[in-house]
Amino acid sequence: MRILLLAIFVASNFVCTVYSQDCNLKFTGTIRDFHDSSPLIGATIVIAGIDAATQTDLDGTFEFNSLCEGDYNLQISHPECKTKVVSISISDDDEKTFYLEHHIDSLNEIVLSAKAYTTKTETVLENTIDRDMLENYSGQSLGDAIRNLSGVTTLNTGNTVVKPVINGLHSSRVSTINNGVRMQDQEWGVEHSPNVDLNTASRITVIKGASALQYTGDAIGGIIVTEPVRIPIKDSLFGRSIFTFSSNGKGGSNTTSLIKSFESGWNAQIQGTFKRFGDFESPDYVLSNTGNFERDFLLKSGLNRINWGVDILYSYFKNEVGILRASHLGGAEDQVIAINSDRPLIIEDFTYEIDQPRQEVTHQIGKVNVFKKYEGFGTVKFQYDFQLNNRLEFDVRRGDNRDTPSVDLELTTHNFQMDLEEDKGNFSFKTGLAFNYQTNFANPDTGVRRLIPDYDQYKLGGFFIADYQFSDRLIGEAGIRFDHTSMDVLKFYRTSFWESRNYDELFPELVVEEFGNQILTNPKPSFNNVAATLGASYNLKDDWWIFSNLALSQRAPNPSELFSEGLHHSASRIELGDLRFSSEISKKVLLAIQKKGNLSFSVQPFYNHLDNFIIIEPTGVQQTVRGNFQVWEYRQVPAAIFGVDVDFGYKISETLDFSHQFSFLKGYERSNSTPLINMPPVNLYNTLAYTKESWSFSVKQQYVFRQNEFPNNNFEVFLPETETFETVDVSTPPDAYNLFEIAGNYTFVLFEKTKAAIGIQVQNLFNQSYRNYLNRLRYYADDLGRNFLITTKINF
Amino acid sequence: MKKSYISILLFTIAGLFVACSNDDDSTEPVNEEEIITTVILTFTPDGGGTAVVLTSRDLDGDGPNAPVVTVSGDFAANTNYNGTVQFLNETENPAEDITVEVNAEAEEHQVFYIPSTNLNLSFQYENVDSNGNPLGTLFSAMAGAASTGSLNLVLRHEPKKPNDGTLGDAGGETDVSVNFPLTIQ
Repeated sequence: MRILLLAIFVASNFVCTVYSQDCNLKFTGTIRDFHDSSPLIGATIVIAGIDAATQTDLDGTFEFNSLCEGDYNLQISHPECKTKVVSISISDDDEKTFYLEHHIDSLNEIVLSAKAYTTKTETVLENTIDRDMLENYSGQSLGDAIRNLSGVTTLNTGNTVVKPVINGLHSSRVSTINNGVRMQDQEWGVEHSPNVDLNTASRITVIKGASALQYTGDAIGGIIVTEPVRIPIKDSLFGRSIFTFSSNGKGGSNTTSLIKSFESGWNAQIQGTFKRFGDFESPDYVLSNTGNFERDFLLKSGLNRINWGVDILYSYFKNEVGILRASHLGGAEDQVIAINSDRPLIIEDFTYEIDQPRQEVTHQIGKVNVFKKYEGFGTVKFQYDFQLNNRLEFDVRRGDNRDTPSVDLELTTHNFQMDLEEDKGNFSFKTGLAFNYQTNFANPDTGVRRLIPDYDQYKLGGFFIADYQFSDRLIGEAGIRFDHTSMDVLKFYRTSFWESRNYDELFPELVVEEFGNQILTNPKPSFNNVAATLGASYNLKDDWWIFSNLALSQRAPNPSELFSEGLHHSASRIELGDLRFSSEISKKVLLAIQKKGNLSFSVQPFYNHLDNFIIIEPTGVQQTVRGNFQVWEYRQVPAAIFGVDVDFGYKISETLDFSHQFSFLKGYERSNSTPLINMPPVNLYNTLAYTKESWSFSVKQQYVFRQNEFPNNNFEVFLPETETFETVDVSTPPDAYNLFEIAGNYTFVLFEKTKAAIGIQVQNLFNQSYRNYLNRLRYYADDLGRNFLITTKINF
Repeated sequence: MKKSYISILLFTIAGLFVACSNDDDSTEPVNEEEIITTVILTFTPDGGGTAVVLTSRDLDGDGPNAPVVTVSGDFAANTNYNGTVQFLNETENPAEDITVEVNAEAEEHQVFYIPSTNLNLSFQYENVDSNGNPLGTLFSAMAGAASTGSLNLVLRHEPKKPNDGTLGDAGGETDVSVNFPLTIQ
């Protein structure tokens, strides 16, 4: 290779000297994504032999000046793409467009697909949410944006706590990689949404499986990767500002970012987001206490010298979320009345106030990473990240405790990671080691027993992934990862529970001290988990591709599954974990066939074979002074989840596009064929989009079928007032629903180099009353009514 | 380059030690401050005599043990009683009297007495909140003809006030709901 470069170097000099021609030629061009023709920002173009290098700017364009006439070899590289070498011949000022193919890393990712709001049919098979679409969701949450991908749904608590569900799995089974940091934001809880400001991402990729082992081995459900804006190496100052106004919630948001970069490789970025909404409304009533107030900012600086670089990042996320007042209940007697009522039992006038019950979450990330490329050896990366997550949950309380949170958890995580990657043409690999230390502190001042105990957790992981290009058409990939997790926990059990579970006989050695009716224990569970992946992609002919991937993954039980023991207020039930749990094991097969072109589609079946799958299910009713509560116990079962995601796109004419999305999924316990709870019902989307010059319009229909397969967890409760037994129906899913959305967008040039766009969107166009099976508050209130959303974007 | 590696490493290691240092302190148990473990109803007959005391006690709160319900004796037929109710948190020592808080926040609370239809026992509120709406920590009861049945006592937090006296109309959250088997002789 070096000899070749030297030869080119000598040759080009030779050409220059011999002919000694005009050396003021200009060569400009654009680097685009092979799949969707979107411009690639931050691609590096090196002209071999003359020591000239540059990077593409925001429009994916680059420029070389003062070139001599002659032949050149260009090396074009981009972090997400395969490096390409092309020969060009320059005799005059010239302009060219180059297309880069996605890097082999994306083999895992390609099985996902999205029909974004884009008008280019080439993008049908992208598994990402691009920047344009993210901007439309600027005022909403990460989950709201990514549920536009087939196979991705959300599990909601109201409309502001939105948890992504990938192929039926969520919480600890879905990992979020935000700005290169694996989020440790108490993701175990179903009412804990990711602490991510989606405005910091320029692209979001969803991987429907655990096969991206460089991030984690325990993402049985899948991985969400948010990618930051790429910063070019040149003197520039750019930014954007997005304002949204929403009629429902009578609020809005603003996000503004500013990026300064220098020719020397230095860069700095500042970004801030502010969101404020009052009570949202269903078609018929105000959803009292559902407002939210979010404030985030991000600071980043770095130096990129192409073959080495440093990045430092700090981000702050704070969100206050109101939880529907009518969902806060006493025991089963309250629950039956609330469920049987058509309307929420508490409806008040609209307000911006966020009262109890509410959550107040703060998440801070600090990150430093450095990389260096060693010729012939590979790129070495080192990263340290620090995360501090503080979660406060305020319940409706009495007396002096009124303003004291019931839950006050502080989770601190330190992560060290070292990676080596090398691309040797048709063979490339990535390997790394990670060490992770985490400590949870449950503040005892709440006056409520700790929901999650104090613990320290140590994790050590290592991985190796390699891929090999067998031919132009066939690519193979294999990877393995090992993780060791050990925990040191200080947990107070109620003596009565400790004894009823027989723990006093099974684990007498764990007892540290007894305090009245509580008992302090010191469990030290540890887990060794292996994950592996094997996959191939094959280009059948021109537009046809086949992908297959097998992934084995294991997940250690989370603290909630191990140690829960008591009343979960927001669910109005008693939840009991189990100290004896072992790791969940998943074997997932992902297949995909895709066709590109004017008529495009992809069909992606999957089968997830789960052992020791942790489910929570009701086991009885417990009497307390506060009345009766249903008891839900965690249990490990063999299970299977399978389904298919289908995407279809058709370019009817130059201006008109049609797309269709369909997701079908079933989940059962394998031993007795009982359906798993909270599996997304079959759903489909149809979109018709018209685009002409700077105008675009679209109509979108979403149809969600009724979930007909669900476990029956209903129970009976005696109501002394009427002296009757009533069934508490916590199982029956709501009816199917059909929603329409229209959107219009106009893009224009405001000043030179300043582009602006105005968009109007009407969500739930016909103000349909509906309830969503995957909304935990569906028992108490309807979902959101019509919403007019105005979005203004300015790129400068 | 080397320098920055080293400084980053030092910085991060320092961070780790700082974070590790808060290990193992503050591991005192949390005693539930608001939990009501015990409800004591005392019925004193008009003109004196032995009071009937109803107690429901659940010392492990949400734990697996059910409340222990005791009734000191039977009611006498055709007798009026003066009643008081006491809510205690007996996980604390000395026990905390939560009735004091309930009385202090009278506007946000109401006690409901719901006898089963076959029990000839009727109730009347004897105290009110600052808005003149019933509170119910003091009450009077009238025992009619001999009968057996049960009494359900419910303490509601943030009910609608005034209400029509039924739980359904009152709404709010149940802080206490206990049942006592009773006999009138």
